Formats: sequence, C-alpha cells, structure tokens
Amino acid sequence: MSERKCTLSVLVENTPGALARIAGLFSGRGFNIDSLCVAETLDPTLSHLTLVTRGDDQIIEQIIKQLRRLIDVYKVVDVTEEGDYVEREMALIKVRAEKENREEIFRICEIFRLKIVDVTPRTYIIEVTGDKDKLEAVIELLQPMGIKEIVRTGTIAMKREKKNI
Amino acid sequence: MGKIMTGAQMVVEALKREGVEVIFGYPGGAIIDIYDELYKTDSIHHVLVRHEQGAAHAADGFARSTGKIGVALATSGPGATNTVTGIATAYMDSIPIVVLTGQVPTKLIGNDAFQEVDTTGITRPITKHNFLVKRVEDLPRVLKAAFYIARTGRPGPVLVDLPKDVQQAKAEFDYPEEIRLRSYNPTYEPHIKQIEKAYQLLEKAERPVLLIGGGVIASGASSEVLELAERLNLPVIMTLMGLGGFPGDHEQSLGMPGMHGTYYANMAIANCDVLLAVGARFDDRVTGRVDAFAPYAKIIHIDIDPTSIQKNVKVDVPIVGDCKRALARLLEVVKEAGKNKKYFKERFKEWWEQIDIWKRRYPLSYKYDPNVIKPQFVIEKLYELTQGNAIICTEVGQNQMWTAQFYKFKYPRTLITSGGLGTMGFGFPAAIGAQMGNPGKLVIDIAGDGSIQMNIQELATAMDQRLPIKIIILNNGYLGMVRQWQELFYERRYSAVKFATIPDFVKIAEAYGAVGLRITKPEEVEPTLKQILTIDKLVILDVIIAPEEGVFPMVPAGKATTEMILV
Repeated sequence: MSERKCTLSVLVENTPGALARIAGLFSGRGFNIDSLCVAETLDPTLSHLTLVTRGDDQIIEQIIKQLRRLIDVYKVVDVTEEGDYVEREMALIKVRAEKENREEIFRICEIFRLKIVDVTPRTYIIEVTGDKDKLEAVIELLQPMGIKEIVRTGTIAMKREKKNI
Repeated sequence: MGKIMTGAQMVVEALKREGVEVIFGYPGGAIIDIYDELYKTDSIHHVLVRHEQGAAHAADGFARSTGKIGVALATSGPGATNTVTGIATAYMDSIPIVVLTGQVPTKLIGNDAFQEVDTTGITRPITKHNFLVKRVEDLPRVLKAAFYIARTGRPGPVLVDLPKDVQQAKAEFDYPEEIRLRSYNPTYEPHIKQIEKAYQLLEKAERPVLLIGGGVIASGASSEVLELAERLNLPVIMTLMGLGGFPGDHEQSLGMPGMHGTYYANMAIANCDVLLAVGARFDDRVTGRVDAFAPYAKIIHIDIDPTSIQKNVKVDVPIVGDCKRALARLLEVVKEAGKNKKYFKERFKEWWEQIDIWKRRYPLSYKYDPNVIKPQFVIEKLYELTQGNAIICTEVGQNQMWTAQFYKFKYPRTLITSGGLGTMGFGFPAAIGAQMGNPGKLVIDIAGDGSIQMNIQELATAMDQRLPIKIIILNNGYLGMVRQWQELFYERRYSAVKFATIPDFVKIAEAYGAVGLRITKPEEVEPTLKQILTIDKLVILDVIIAPEEGVFPMVPAGKATTEMILV
C-alpha cells in the first residue's frame, strides 16, 4: 500500500495533559507527525489541533481510531480524505537585506504578495502565508539572498463548505 | 446541597458509593490523610500489602475474578512507581482497576520535591485514562469519572493522582449519580447490517472456526458463546485470555491457539474458510507470522474497541460493539434464518472429521516418567481433583503455558493470568486479590521457582488476611521458558537462567507461619495434592519437576503457526 499525506483536524478537551497524550500516542506507537498546530476554539473548553501525518491507509485508519480512543479527544476528521479543503501555513523569514539585494527581495515580495514586517539596516523579516508549495518556492528564491532564520507554523486546514468541525 | 468534606473524606466516601469493600495499599507521607480516613471507617477493608506492585496485582486479581473494579492505594514517588508494572499488566489485559496515588502538595509539583515523580506522566501510556486533581472541588466528578471510565467500553486501569493539599482542602461533596463525558462514548450496540453479513458468511461456510478472547470474559458473553457454538456446530478456540469463556471439556473445544497452542487449533485456523473472532485482538503470540495466519479465511471480528479491528490482521466483516450484545443479535439472526442444529451438524461434518484426524494425530501430550515428576502430570491431576472448580492463578513462563494447556477451564473468571504483558510475579498477589473477592472458593497459584520469588514478600499479606491460597511451585531450578528458547534456538547456551541460590521454599512457608511441603516423586503427586486441598491454610507445595521439560507444541517466534515443533 502506498503512503499518503494526511491532515487531521482534532478537537480535544482543553485540559492539561491532552496534548501530551496525543504526542505520546504518536511516539509510543511509532506514527509520524510532520507538523502540529494547536490553538483555542470559540468554545474555550475545547482546543483545536491540526496534525499532518503520513502512512498507508491501514496506518492512517489506526491513527484516527487511536486518537478517537483517547478519552480527551472529542472529534477527529480526516480533512484530506475527500480532497476538498483549504490548507495554509505561515512562515516568518529573516533574510539578509543589504544594498545589493534589496531590490531583488522587493520584487520577490511583490510577485508573491509577501509582507515585510520588520526592517533593520541589514535584515528584513518577511511574512509568507500560503500552502506548502508556495512557502517552499519563496524559501527557494530567498535562499540566495541569505536566509538567517526561518520559523514556520505548520499547517492548518479546513474542509470547504459545511463539513467544518 | 452536599456536605462539606476534606478531599480525603471525599475519596473514602466515593469508594463507598462505588460499592468498594476491599482495597489494597501501602501508606506513605503523601497519602496519609486518606489512611487517616480509612482508620475511621469500618465499611472498607484495607489489605496492607508488602510492596505496592503487590497492591496493583491484587486489585487486578480481585477485578479479574469478580468482575468488579479493583482498587489500589499508594503514596507518591516510589509508591506510585512501584504500581507501574501492575498498572501496565491490567492495561494490556483490559482489566478495570482504579489506582489512587498520593502526590506532593500542588505548590511543590515540579520542584523535585521529596518523593515526587510525574505520576500521570509516567502512567499515561499504560492507563486507559488518568487524572491529576488540582482542585478539591473537582474531586467528586473526577472520582466518578475514574470508576466510570475503568468499567465501561473496553475496560482498563484509571489512575487518580491526589496532591496532599487537595486531600486536606475542603469543599462541598456532591457525588454525581451519573456521569456523561462528551468525548467518551463507547459503542455497545453492534451494527445490525454487519451482524447479518456475518451470519451470511457463517451459513455459507464450509470450515468455520469460532475464536474467543478476553472480551468474552469481560462482557460476560460465555453463555452466548456456548449457545452459538452448539447451534452452529462450530469448533471453538480460546486465546489465553479467553480460556474459561467456553468449557474446556466441551467436545467442541479445541483449546488454545498460537505459540503454545494445540496442533489442532492451529491447523483449524490455518485451514478454516470463515473465522469468527470475538473479543480477541490477534496478538502476535496467537497469529505467529501474520501473512500465514488464517490465509483462506474471511474474518469476522467483533470487538468493543475499534482500534483492535484491522490492527494486526485484515478483517472482512468488522463489528464494533459489546461481545455479549453482538452475539445475542447474531443468535437472533441465526434463529430468524431458521436453519436448525441438524443442518449445521450435517454441513460441517467433513470439517469435523478433518479436525478429529488432527486431534488424533497430535493430541496434547507429554512423556510420563515414573522417576521424575512431569509438570503436565501435576496440572492434569490438579484438574482431575478440582474438576475446574477452582480459581487458578499463574505466574508467567512455562508454568503458565502448562496450566493453559492441561487444565480444562470450564467457567469464566477461573483463570487469572497475565496475558498481554506477561508479568512474572503477578500470580501470587493476584491470588490474594482473587481470594479476597471470593472468600469461599479454592484459589491456587501455579508458580515457577523464578516467578514466585518476584513477589514472595506478599506471603506476609496473605498470612495477615488468613487466606488459604495454595501455591504450587513447579520447581525446575531454571528460568524455564528462557532456558527452553536457549535450548532450541541458542544452541543450549544457558545464559543467566540458573539461579545459584534457590531458597528452601518449605522453610520459607514455615517462616511465615504457612504450611510447606515438598514432593519429588510422581507417586506423591496425587496424594499430596489431595492433602493440600483439605488444608484450610496457606500452603506452599514445592514440586521438584524434570529440570529440562519443555512446553510443546511450540511455534518459533515469527514463524507460521503451522510450523510447530511437536514434543
């Protein structure tokens, strides 16, 4: 069976230890976590987790069932299952911005509609939002300018239309 | 409105409300407030063990033998860590226990305080759920939830960690009658369409097998299993955890499958065309090499835990639900379909003829020796004398497998053994729990000379409680199962399997005020067993057995279950 990427939307009780249970489940059972994003929801008693993992169908089925088995897990949805979803990631990129390359950086920012959110005489911090491909394209183009630091959020995702959780 | 109480009082009150009459524990600084409350009550009997591992195993043995929740109590730090093996044992076999541990005061948590460990952190992967209670106001709800979670769905251990200041703080005690957890809703009722599909397969089968596991015991489904098996004329195979779920002396019983299963059980699985698995999880000791497991079978799998299904083997008809209810539904469908007993008798006649050939070809056997006691002979005699009317606990290793093979368990909850984790030192403390829960019954621990030494300190506990447990040590002077592997797969390099010092178990018994006996000759077996069964006191019977006797059949690890080594 072939491996596929899978983005899971998980609602968990906002209790101490809930995140540790999920992380422990993945490490203890040898599942992969490619990225993990956690934040509050409109209901303060629930947290929302977006988790990107991969595996063949059987492994992904196990991951979903094992997550559901945790007492603190309220709901698990495989966002990628039906294919119709929106996915975003954000990155902050600190890049060397000196006389000779500022112009070029500006151009890249314009093409990709990036925001420069911090400026010093020698550096810019650039904010990128988009899907993984866009982030990677931007990183590739900025690489020759001299990237000093990158921080990425990991993916968040949402199903289109009404099947949101 | 509820009464104002301290946290410690709440704990004791909650135990009463949950119907807990016996708890197993060991005191310490961080749990002293609860012990102070226990001192003031008569309705909860506290069994003071000699090591917290013993408390957890005893709670487990109590739960396995009674079907009620077992409760263990321990202090913070080492008290809590000592329960870890016991909790993991219960977790692997889905046994409902509640473990209450003391914790350092909340303001000291994280400070590396005296006797502090991150108990909920350590036990997270080995509990069904655990709680660290930081506010006394939360305590009634948490305790209610702990018992509810332990008992429902796929049962399992739940730990509640109780900081000392929470035990001392006061709040209103409002114990909920019922509890609902929005994130926890086990599925009990099976999908009827799936049940119908299952019946279709069974009706069309030519070579069906019914495989039952611990889920049958947990859900109390043995009468449904018996009815279904007899109605459909199915051969029944019991995993280690399923022994007793179907009468071992029944003509349709093929015994245990897997690594030390019977030849005919393994052959039946390897050749069946429909496998109905109920409350079994296809552990590697059962399946052997997975791709060679039941290769011709459509598999129907009933289990309350969805994660058990499709985990190790591919399942054709998954049925999530309580085993008892699912089997009851299946029986309804069977009856509606209208095919009678005779139909299935006729239909599976050839299949049974084949099974009988396998049975005759390689029955469970061993070579009797008039000069030295064979362990299988001891178990056989014990079965003859007790007729299945005893609670048999085992340790882990050869003693466990010989017991599983040669004692025909007739009733559920009569075999108490650590299946999943394989915990040496489990049997004796579990026997203490079983005897506490079944005061009138005969409780026997079948041990090895290695295992019994892992929790031998609990002799004092059993004597405290005047428990007439019978410990039968199958003493071969080896860590026999490992020795057997070394003999078969490591060219007899007997590395670290022979103790230079083996204590005199008769004298140990006497030192604790129990009865100690030793036998060395086959002719002593029957009369001595008869004798100990009449002694109303704790007995250690040290049985010196053939030192290099092996457990057979044996499927080498990672091999197909048809590749058995036979005697």
